[in-house]
Amino acid sequence: MLAQLIVSGLAAGSLYGIMALGLILIYKTTHILNFGQGDMAMFSTFIALLLFRNYGLPLPAALGAALVVGALLGIVIDRGLLRWAKNAPVTSLFIATLGVGMILQAIALWMGLIDSRPFPYVLRGPPVFIGDVVLRQHDLVVFGVALAVSLLLFAVFKFTKVGIAMRATSQNKRAAQLMGINVGRIGTWSWALGLGTGAIAGCLVAPIVFLDLSSMIFVMIKAIAAAVLGGFTSLPGAVVGGLLLGVIENLFSGYMPPAIAPLKTTFVFTLIILVLVFRPHGLLGERSVGGHG
Amino acid sequence: MKRIIFWTLVVALLALAPLVLRSYNLYLLNLAAVKVIAAVGLALLTGFTGQLSIGHAGFLAIGAYGTALLAQYFGIPFWVGIPLAGLLSGLAGFILLIPALRLSAIYLAIATLAFGTAVAEALPRWASVTGGYQGMRVPRANLFGLDVQNDVAMFYLALAMVVVLILMARNLVRSRVGRAFIAIRDKSAAAQACGVSLARYKALAFFVSALYAGLAGGLYAHVVGYISPAEFGLAKSIDLFIMIALGGMASLPGPVLGALFLTYLPHWLSGFRGLQSIIYGASLIGIVIFMPFGIWGFVRKWTAPDKVRAMPRPLRAVVEFVQGGASRG
Repeated sequence: MLAQLIVSGLAAGSLYGIMALGLILIYKTTHILNFGQGDMAMFSTFIALLLFRNYGLPLPAALGAALVVGALLGIVIDRGLLRWAKNAPVTSLFIATLGVGMILQAIALWMGLIDSRPFPYVLRGPPVFIGDVVLRQHDLVVFGVALAVSLLLFAVFKFTKVGIAMRATSQNKRAAQLMGINVGRIGTWSWALGLGTGAIAGCLVAPIVFLDLSSMIFVMIKAIAAAVLGGFTSLPGAVVGGLLLGVIENLFSGYMPPAIAPLKTTFVFTLIILVLVFRPHGLLGERSVGGHG
Repeated sequence: MKRIIFWTLVVALLALAPLVLRSYNLYLLNLAAVKVIAAVGLALLTGFTGQLSIGHAGFLAIGAYGTALLAQYFGIPFWVGIPLAGLLSGLAGFILLIPALRLSAIYLAIATLAFGTAVAEALPRWASVTGGYQGMRVPRANLFGLDVQNDVAMFYLALAMVVVLILMARNLVRSRVGRAFIAIRDKSAAAQACGVSLARYKALAFFVSALYAGLAGGLYAHVVGYISPAEFGLAKSIDLFIMIALGGMASLPGPVLGALFLTYLPHWLSGFRGLQSIIYGASLIGIVIFMPFGIWGFVRKWTAPDKVRAMPRPLRAVVEFVQGGASRG
C-alpha cells in the first residue's frame, strides 16, 4: 500500500516536475511567470495529435513535431510580442501571456481539434509488476522522460555556452550584458526551451487526462506549487518539488479518513502558503527571495 | 464643486436607469457593479499598496457563501447578511498578512494564488453545507416581509453599495492611511524608516481589500440568486487582476473602467462565435503593449500630462506621509 502510493505519486509528480521546469526556465531569465504555459503546452500537443491522426505521421515523429512547435512558439512569443512590451511592468506582462493563451485556445478551437479527444499513449500494454507495486507502462515512459529532460537540461546549463550565459543572465542581468552576453537572445532561448519542455509535459499528460482546455491549466497550477516547493529559481528544485508534491498528495488521499481525503488539493495549497512563509527559498532555491520592495 | 455636481448628476442618471433598461440589461449592470466593487478593493491592495493578489476570488467566495449560508441556516436578512459576510471575508484577509509580511512581488502572488485555489477546492468538497458542485440556491432577499429579489431592487442596492464604497475608497486613499499605502508600495524600507508600520498598514490593506471582495460576493449571491463553486475559481481571480491592470491599477477610475470593460466586452463579442477569445486575447495584449499604465493612465496622458508625470515618484509619498503626520500631530 505505502510503496504503491509512493510510486504512483512519483509518476504524477514527474509530470508536475517537467511542467515546473518549463515555467522556471522562463522565469529565471525573464522574471515573467508564464500564465499561458498550460495553453501553450496544450497547443503543441494538439499539433502532435493533428499530425498523428489526420496526416498519418508516426507517433514518434508527431511527438518530435510537438517539441519543435513548442520551441518555435516560444521564439515567436518572445520576438514577436514581448519585445514590443518593454515599457510594461513585469506584472502586466503576465496578462499578455494569458492573452496569448486565449488566442491559442481559439485557434485550436477553429482547427476543430477540441472535443476532449483521447491522446495516444507512447507505450501501451499490460501493467508492469514490481513486487506488489503495479505500474502502467506509461508511468515508466514518464519516469524515463523526466530523467532524460533533467539530465539534458543539466548538461545544457553545465557545458554549453548558451546554458552558462542563461545562468549568468539570471544571476545578474547587467553584469551579463557587460560580459558581452546578448541578453535579449538569451531570453528568446529561455522561451524556446521553456515551451519545448512544456510541450513534452503536454504530450505526457494528454493521454492521462484527455485533451481539453481546462485540464492543462490544472496541471499548471500544480506545477507552480511544485516550483514553490523546490524554490522557484532552482531547476533541480522543480523536479524534486514536483516529485514531493505528487507523493504528498497521494499519501494524503491514501491515509486520511474518507471525509478529509478529497481535500488533498486544499491541503497541498495550504502547505504551499506555509512553505512560502517559513522557507520562501524552498528546498533548493537561492536565498534573498523577499526584499525587492 | 464642479466635480461634485458632475458626479451627483451621473449617479442621478444611473438611478433612473430602471425606467429605460429592460430586465436583462439591468441584470448585466448589477453584475458590473459586483465587479466594480471587487476591482476597487483589489486596486486598493495591489495598485495602491503594491501587494499582488491573484487569489481574490477566494474572498468573493467567502462573501457569497457567507451571505447565502447566513440566510439559509440562521434566517439572517440580506441587509445584515451581506455586511456580516463582508466582515468575515475581511477577517479572512488577515490570513494573507503573514505571507505578505515576509514575501514580495511574485512570491506573494503565488501565496495568494494558493489561498484562492485552497478555497475553491474546499467549497465543492464540503458538500453537506455548500451543496457541492451543483451549488446552492440563495434564499430570496426579503426586506421586512417584502420580497425584493428582483433586478430593480437589486440595482438600487448595487448602486448604493458602489457609491458608498467608492467614496470610502476615495477618502481612504487621500487620507494618512492612503499615503502610508502608497509609501509602502513605492519604497517599503523608506516608509518604515519614516515610521510607517508595515505590519499595521499591510494588515489594514488586506482587511479593506478582502472586505470589498466579500461585500461584492454577497451582492453577487443576491443578484444571481444562485452560487456554485465554479464561479470562484482561478479564472475569476485572474479576471479581477486583469480588470485592474487594464483599467490602471493605481487609481480609482481605473478599476471601474476595467470592470466595465470586462463585463461588456465578452457580452458584445458573444455574436462572433470563435472569434470571441481571439479578440479578447488580442485586446489584452494590445492594452499591455500600447497602454502600459492601463486605460485610465492612457486617458490621463492626454488630458492631464503634467499630473501623470508627477504621479509615481518614489519617496514623494513617504515625504507626504511624514508631513501629513506632523501637521496632524
